Amino acid sequence: MIIKQLSVFLENKSGRLHEVFDVLGASNINVSACSVADTSEFGILRMIVSEPDKAREILKEKLFSVNVSEVISFATPNAPGSLSKTLQILSNAQISIEYLYGFSIGEKSFIALRCDNAEKAVMEFQRHQMELISASELYKF
Amino acid sequence: MRREIEKRLKIKAIDIYGLSEIIGPGVSFECEHQCGLHINEDHFIPEIIDPDTLEVLPEGELGELVFTTVTKEGLPIIRYRTRDLTRLNFETCACGRTLVRMNKCTGRSDDMLIIRGVNLFPSQIESVLLEMDETTPHYLLVVDRVNNLDTLQLQVEVEDRFYQDKISELQALRMKIQHQIESATGLSVTVKLVEPKTIERSEGKAKRVIDNRKMI
Ligand SMILES: [Zn+2]
Repeated sequence: MIIKQLSVFLENKSGRLHEVFDVLGASNINVSACSVADTSEFGILRMIVSEPDKAREILKEKLFSVNVSEVISFATPNAPGSLSKTLQILSNAQISIEYLYGFSIGEKSFIALRCDNAEKAVMEFQRHQMELISASELYKF
Repeated sequence: MRREIEKRLKIKAIDIYGLSEIIGPGVSFECEHQCGLHINEDHFIPEIIDPDTLEVLPEGELGELVFTTVTKEGLPIIRYRTRDLTRLNFETCACGRTLVRMNKCTGRSDDMLIIRGVNLFPSQIESVLLEMDETTPHYLLVVDRVNNLDTLQLQVEVEDRFYQDKISELQALRMKIQHQIESATGLSVTVKLVEPKTIERSEGKAKRVIDNRKMI
């Protein structure tokens, strides 16, 4: 239920982001989710990829700084108020969210979320019968 | 480096300092306590000066080392500027010698930058970076002038494990480096974290400073 996410530190230089995807694409690694958090000085690319360990090695070889962190991913109905309900579960359990990213299409919204206690969050979501997305589902393409 | 040599060769490594303009090696040397280099004051008179004003600095201050030879007959020199930066320690050493000790040289006065009227040696920045666990000694100083005010930016690579996912922690690390540099140099500096292995490596003397003020 816990998913490995890669984070890549990037200076704000044009073409850098493209290079990451170029390297991964050439190694037949699929990116199933990503987001870029940016500051005025640098950005952090966060992504969920099909083979996180291999991707990490490949990027390291190309001198990117790569970090692996744990996120959880879930689906909620694509309807007003559904994310609010979900996040209520976490805040009731005293779990703090670091960040999240996602989007909705059709019937569902898909979210990747990093919090201060991923295991506890998974347990809470299971207790509330939320639709968690497993790593194997996400890594598949 | 020294510890490494000592460990592998099972020896005690002693630092010796000298300049060919004076006598070559042997101007000063470490004793068994390895806590500064005793200057052979019976032959050479050391002074520490401000490389900018050329004034002699008070005891213990960092500045340029200057020598006057006492016993040389062929080519005596008076107040010879070595361009090496160090400080002098006049306390009696644990070995019992009363000869003044100089610290290991921390840089060259030619490298000195004057920023907002403050003298800055790149080696001061380097020693802060070497002391911190998070930083590497791979850095570049960019000096510029904006609205008639000198600006100082430090680009630095950090240790791999510190490039991590949380922006708040990266920003905190930036502030920490900034703060350490400021307290060591008295100058405000903008720190920019750069990607690993992006600062140019060079075989000899690395290029550590880009001074854009000269072009104005
Ligand atoms: Zn001694």
